[in-house]
Amino acid sequence: MPNKTFFWFFLPTGLAMILFIGLPIISTGIQSFYAQHDQVVKEVKKCDPFGCTVSIVVDQEKTSKIREEKPLGKFNGFGTYVDRNHLAIKEIGKFWDETNSFGEFVDQVTNLPFYKALIFTLTYCLFVTPNVLLLGFIIALSLNAVTRRIRGPLIFGTILPMIVTPLVGSLVLFWMIDAEGIIGANLQMLMDDPYLSLKSSKTLTWITIIIYGIWHHSPFAFVVFYAALQTVPQEPVEAAIIDGASRWQRVRHIVLPHIYPVVTFVALISLMDNFRVFEPIIGFSAEGSAQSLSWLIYDNLVNEEVILFGSAAATSMMTIVGIAILLAPVLIRTWKEFRTAR
Amino acid sequence: MKKILISLLLLLFGTSAYADCNIKSGSINILANDFPALRTFVETAKGCKGSADFKVTHSSEHNKIAVPALTANPSEFSARIAANSSIVPLMNQDLIRPLDDLVKKYGKGIQDSQLITIDGKIMAVAFMANTQHLYYREDVLKELGIAVPKTYEEVVAASEKIRASGKMQYPYAAAYKAGWNLAEEFVNMYIGHGGEFFKAGTAQPSINNAKGVATLNMLKKLAGLSNPDYLTHDSEAIKVEWESGNVALMTLWASRSGTLLDDDGDAKITAATKLTGPATVAGGNIPAATLWWDGFTLAKNRSDADAEATFRALAHAAANKKMVADAADQAVWLIEGFKPGPKSIGVIEAVKMKAKPYPMLPQMGLMHGALGSEIVEFLQGKESAEQALKDVEAAYMSKAKEQGFL
Repeated sequence: MPNKTFFWFFLPTGLAMILFIGLPIISTGIQSFYAQHDQVVKEVKKCDPFGCTVSIVVDQEKTSKIREEKPLGKFNGFGTYVDRNHLAIKEIGKFWDETNSFGEFVDQVTNLPFYKALIFTLTYCLFVTPNVLLLGFIIALSLNAVTRRIRGPLIFGTILPMIVTPLVGSLVLFWMIDAEGIIGANLQMLMDDPYLSLKSSKTLTWITIIIYGIWHHSPFAFVVFYAALQTVPQEPVEAAIIDGASRWQRVRHIVLPHIYPVVTFVALISLMDNFRVFEPIIGFSAEGSAQSLSWLIYDNLVNEEVILFGSAAATSMMTIVGIAILLAPVLIRTWKEFRTAR
Repeated sequence: MKKILISLLLLLFGTSAYADCNIKSGSINILANDFPALRTFVETAKGCKGSADFKVTHSSEHNKIAVPALTANPSEFSARIAANSSIVPLMNQDLIRPLDDLVKKYGKGIQDSQLITIDGKIMAVAFMANTQHLYYREDVLKELGIAVPKTYEEVVAASEKIRASGKMQYPYAAAYKAGWNLAEEFVNMYIGHGGEFFKAGTAQPSINNAKGVATLNMLKKLAGLSNPDYLTHDSEAIKVEWESGNVALMTLWASRSGTLLDDDGDAKITAATKLTGPATVAGGNIPAATLWWDGFTLAKNRSDADAEATFRALAHAAANKKMVADAADQAVWLIEGFKPGPKSIGVIEAVKMKAKPYPMLPQMGLMHGALGSEIVEFLQGKESAEQALKDVEAAYMSKAKEQGFL
């Protein structure tokens, strides 16, 4: 497609993207540099059905005046980014000075909310993405080999996990792994341990969420791979068969190279999706054992009675940066291939 | 067509004849939590809506919607049913209006004790009280010869005895779900120890002390006697545990007693379910519980006409002796004419024992949030009590700085 045609073709999408994605990101970015004004409080008498006490409230007269002058809040620069609930630069420096061994230092750092969430998020990405690719590919290959007659229903059955709403899917699994659910109770019997609980152990919770993630995302990889498999030319495959190549050799040397760009694409999308892991944490009520970056944003926005816009915005910006860093190797590689292809 | 019109007209007259407060215009839209007593209250208010528009949203996620919805101008809701803790963010952001004039004009029948006054202005009208207290299985305790526990130390001893008897594996339950619920349990237990959350007159945290450590240790002891999934259990989940007969001692909201003692479920368990006051801890006199009120507030960013219509409808319910008599089982009403029944024992005992109300401080929400996530690892045995409390204070300080409290 000539560049000019592409431009006009892309224009409506591009405009919508600027409007609905670009501008909100910019606004979030600006928000992340501001904190609330210093609260002006005053002592007052408060009475309720249980009696009267002297307590403090926010002085609205004075506060509203300050708010009107600077509605965005107090400029805080990178203050929110480096505070204890985010990058915690100062705290990490302190830990470095105070701790005696490297292990202790790591313990202290991973105890900070942002790093705790980052570690879970990365672990989730690292385990889910390759497994999704692998499982999706194996399913696509197997389904491609079965007779056409039963292929339709099989495909439908395979993509079901993707059709099920993530929250519902995780809730169903959550009930199944309950100590009295079908999986939980059977596991207790198998392991001969009546105290075994998948929800109370951190490691088991992580494993459950990761397995759920693989289950939920594999159909996407499968669908794309299956479509790509239909485009594999038959001649080289037949030639290889005549040359006596095994099934594995054919997959390794003909099919994989052919669908390689698609693999890159699926890897990119999966990585992006997995880095934003959120629903399973809510569905599994796993907040205690597993927090992701997206969950931190949610926590700042809704879990407190006071909404922390600055914190949420800062974490959002760092999530974007995180995704960019994760995708960089793949993107650079694609760009290089694109250059050599031209 | 004619028939439809006639029946519609009849319907209209039918409802307005029911309990007309003669409200001529305006639109009423209420945001409220979702439990039976609040539904009754709002239904009663609806009965007197007259020709005003009437809408209501009952949601257990009410806390998440309230501030954004009331910040809009005009705001989505004309009234919000709030409690001690949820009125604070509305006050902080200046989102609710003083009710003095309306109370004077239309507040006939509302008792003075129902009025929440802050700095001399009426900001809310309370209609029910709530607290968390003990529930016990009479049959189980009797069989094992255990007296009804009055302190958390006795709760621990009783639970251990029940476990040793082999009757129940996890005899104790409380809403320990990581987040708001768990933090609420800490707040109760810490107040029971006589702790203060902040250095007097400031927003500086002061929970990293001996009382805080004792609080955490008691929570951990109780958690050890609960179902191992306790970090995922909210009030609803432990209610289910109770109804399946897995639990013999439980700390739960008074407002849930209605659904716990209704005809659903195993009649034997329901018959043996008994209520008692909240427990004390560590030899203290005041119970390890907080008192709560539920009341209505009116949105500031809404026309005066809507506010007036809303107030009249809600005031009708907040001074309604018939509702209080009909729904005496559903809540501990603060309304005149309420005769406490067996389901109100918990709250009444708590008031008698001089339980403290939940602290209505502007920065308390931030402390509550920090507690909910930072003490989890202590309960899981991954860090010491001191470290957990240090983490809570540090997490709170960062949030409080961002919000301008420090």
